[in-house]
Amino acid sequence: MSGVAANAWRADFPALDQLVHGQPLVYLDTAASAQQPRSVIDAVARYQREDHANVHRGVHTLSHRATDAYEGARDRICKFINAPSRREIVLTSGTTESINLVAQSYCRPRFGPGDKILITHLEHHANIVPWQMVCEQTGADLVVAPVTDRGELELDVLYHMMRDNVRLLAVGHVSNALGTINPVRDIIRTARQYGITVLVDGAQGVPHMPVDVQDLDCDFYAFSGHKMFGPTGTGVLFGKEALLEAMPPYQGGGDMILEVSFDGTIYNELPYKFEAGTPNISGVIGLGAAIDYLEQIGMQEIAAYEGELYCYLVESLQQVDGIRLIGESAQRASVQSFLLDDIHSHDLGTILDHQGVAIRTGHHCAMPVMQRFDIPGTARASVSLYNNRDDVDRLIRGLLKAKEMFG
Amino acid sequence: MSDELETMYRELILDHASNPRHFGPLGSATHTADAINPLCGDKLRLYLEISPANQIENASFEGSGCAISMASASLLTETVTGLPVATAENCFESVTERLSHGKSVTRPGVSLDKLEALDGVREFPSRVKCATLAWHALHAALGNLSTPATTE
Repeated sequence: MSGVAANAWRADFPALDQLVHGQPLVYLDTAASAQQPRSVIDAVARYQREDHANVHRGVHTLSHRATDAYEGARDRICKFINAPSRREIVLTSGTTESINLVAQSYCRPRFGPGDKILITHLEHHANIVPWQMVCEQTGADLVVAPVTDRGELELDVLYHMMRDNVRLLAVGHVSNALGTINPVRDIIRTARQYGITVLVDGAQGVPHMPVDVQDLDCDFYAFSGHKMFGPTGTGVLFGKEALLEAMPPYQGGGDMILEVSFDGTIYNELPYKFEAGTPNISGVIGLGAAIDYLEQIGMQEIAAYEGELYCYLVESLQQVDGIRLIGESAQRASVQSFLLDDIHSHDLGTILDHQGVAIRTGHHCAMPVMQRFDIPGTARASVSLYNNRDDVDRLIRGLLKAKEMFG
Repeated sequence: MSDELETMYRELILDHASNPRHFGPLGSATHTADAINPLCGDKLRLYLEISPANQIENASFEGSGCAISMASASLLTETVTGLPVATAENCFESVTERLSHGKSVTRPGVSLDKLEALDGVREFPSRVKCATLAWHALHAALGNLSTPATTE
């Protein structure tokens, strides 16, 4: 991959072209939220300017245009993750809502005392708390598979735990705190032997690698638009049709019904049964444009470029005296957590910000991961297709300045 | 390095952060309070020994956090030791007003000269909570004279 192409991609993102505290912005916080390319910003603006109307309702021209654009985005999402049917693509406000939907509509009516929900010690709070809530509601138990000091799942233990009344396994595709790429395909295959339903939290997976839900054979796959260059407030739940069909609606309201009377209500067909109320139309149209952008470049190309840059990031960090990497799994992507001497991550974050370098600091909404490593938090840099080696060099220079200040 | 940054991380702050005064539990404590910043995970516990005459005889703290929150807690223990409870409560109000709203209000018995070192955080809105965390613990501890409290 040539640096020229990377620079060409960078120019697609207007937000990157600015000074922060007098220095050109270096944005290394894509794992928290990705910047948006001009094509996404323009698609949203064009809809707002020219096509805004409610979807699935009106007979007038603008409503048709809005509906076509909104449903067109659903088709692109469907193709992007190779889902068998657009009926299996439920549009949500984000990964968090997608997971809550499964907890409340799939687990809550089915699970009871003696049933187990299995998660891992690597999960984001969004893949922990919804399960804790549904366990409280149903009497089911939440069990947690351990991770090694390198930040890898202890697969033997995970597989052993599957034998004991596990009804659902919820596992992240890529850890947002440690970057660990979990072998979800193998995990799903093993879970199949025990008849376990599997949800994959793909918030950090979809933006960085090709994802094929049929190849994975997952039952549910959840992800967010804003981690993949789309607008905030958009997300997707892929669910196998037979499962979604058997689940009751998550929320009631307009659009999710066929017929309402006080004697009873007939719910709409999939996927609309799960989409109550006026959706985030402009956001979903933006998400469709983000997928167009990713596909124009190609996910393989993105994975290869990011992989190479990620190696440079890790090697560069390792050369800084006093660095301790948190997360050293053999397979990892995009994010690297670290500590520098005994400088608190927030102090590092502030000092780097003053040099125009944006990173994430703290617990990354994954407090159990921090507890596992007995640390209050980390500094975390994440690379994306719009970053380059200069960005990494600026980060390193910033860290050296922090060392100087706290030295 | 920018001036604002150097002002916030001035020597006195870095000194208190790396060598916090009165760090650790206080066996003779009559009042304690926890303070937590859920946003960043900083947490600390403040211990006060208050005499029957309502005077703070000793103060200490323990916890983990950034340089600003640790230095502020350390400075707090130095400031309130020996103060009557009412004056310490005035300190809480003065410090939070000063750091959160930039208002300098003189209150009876309060001299905050040393705490001027914390003024640098005013240029960093996201860090003001770090500097006021320990002071909220003080407020909580004093506000529950009979029952130690946990608060944000």
